[in-house]
Amino acid sequence: MDKIVAQYSRPSYQNVYSEQDQQDLTESLPPLSLKFALPPVANPSAFLRAMTDDHSNPSCPIKLAHGTTTLAFRFQGGIIVCTDSRATAGNWIASQTVKKVIPVSRLSRGEDKPTNEPTPGLLGTMAGGAADCQYWLRYLSQQCTLHEIRHKRRITVAAASKILANLTYSYKGYGLSMGTMLAGVTPQEGPALYYIDSDGTRLPGNLFCVGSGQTFAYGVLDANYRYDLTEQEALALGRRAILAAMHRDAYSGGFINLYHVKEEGWVHHGFDDMNPIFWKTKLESGEFSNVTSEL
Amino acid sequence: MAASKAIMRGPTIIKAEDDKTRQLNKNTLMAFSGEAGDTVQFAEFVQANVQLYSMRNDTELNPAAVANFVRGELARSLRSRSPYTVNLLLGGIDPTTQTPHLYWIDYLASLASVPYAAHGYAQYYCLSLLDKHHNPNIDLEQGMKLLGMCTDELKRRLPIDYKGVLVKIITKDGVKEVDFDNDKIVRSA
Repeated sequence: MDKIVAQYSRPSYQNVYSEQDQQDLTESLPPLSLKFALPPVANPSAFLRAMTDDHSNPSCPIKLAHGTTTLAFRFQGGIIVCTDSRATAGNWIASQTVKKVIPVSRLSRGEDKPTNEPTPGLLGTMAGGAADCQYWLRYLSQQCTLHEIRHKRRITVAAASKILANLTYSYKGYGLSMGTMLAGVTPQEGPALYYIDSDGTRLPGNLFCVGSGQTFAYGVLDANYRYDLTEQEALALGRRAILAAMHRDAYSGGFINLYHVKEEGWVHHGFDDMNPIFWKTKLESGEFSNVTSEL
Repeated sequence: MAASKAIMRGPTIIKAEDDKTRQLNKNTLMAFSGEAGDTVQFAEFVQANVQLYSMRNDTELNPAAVANFVRGELARSLRSRSPYTVNLLLGGIDPTTQTPHLYWIDYLASLASVPYAAHGYAQYYCLSLLDKHHNPNIDLEQGMKLLGMCTDELKRRLPIDYKGVLVKIITKDGVKEVDFDNDKIVRSA
């Protein structure tokens, strides 16, 4: 009986972890190679490719959510981040209301209530596999939050992007699919914009477009981009470039999601249906002259 | 109407000053791209037939007639053992109404009358630009400026050097080649 009691009770205080253990637990990063169950086949990444690559095999059994247009550019007043909201799985439109801009580093974010005040922190964008992006950007925001707690200051965009790039590089060849941009303004760097993808590429830059509609967005953006754009001009250009891509690219569409990152934090400038915006642009500015009702 | 000047075979540019257009009659011009050999063969076949029609009937075909003839020939060839793999842009001024026409034709013999068009990778970069900046009332100067915006974007983003473009304009007086500054250096953002 004593044996059973001893087995199910324990002293009120028990020093399970040594000083060293505690130090390690609070200060170490979790290992980059988090342990995932892999399919029990000889070559898991080739198996994944065989199951999901609908480019080489249109009748593959798993269709990943793909297809996007996202853009971000730096200008005199900060960084504009703009995305569409369509998720497709093969030819199927899986959703028209995806939030492809993800706030990273949530500690200083306060609460989730919508506000007109700038919210401190970084923004990440999502292109490629929806699950990969959501999962790893959530992982990144965990790391950023821990960084904030440990160092009592917000992480730089350079450091945050490096965490993500090292992560994607460590999984290179395993079939991750993501193309993301990280945008933020920090005291150390000023406005900073990085592009990170699942190949392990990490690039700082002024202007990036990512996704199947990138070329259409680049077309509009490159022609009208200047670093000394005013805030209003920059917001309008970001919105117009995404509209161009949503109009021409079958895998982009839905709502225009627009953000402005400035010194105090990011401000959301709407999640707006593209349809009325398209017709307003066409009828008021005389653009899209190839769209007619003539037979 | 503008077409790149380079002819490529695999990794080599074998000619840098090529003219990828043919004038079909006094007021229609056709630009082509696609399978090597097929392009020029098909263009010159069409050119000969259009000119033959004009000689026999003593009348110029209007752009709509030429476009539909071209489409018909392409559609016929598509059902043969070795179809022509050519993509075409056909522009012209209607000699009776004096109105400009532009037709987009691809190798599957789709025909579309459009205000602006492109083939190949250029489509992906230029159509969004044209969507934004084109309207039917622009004059030649504005048109050339818009063409400049398109070529600038291609220089900025295309990883290959297409060796500049050859530009021809079609007016009611016929077709003429115009100068175009292909040496402009374009800087990326």
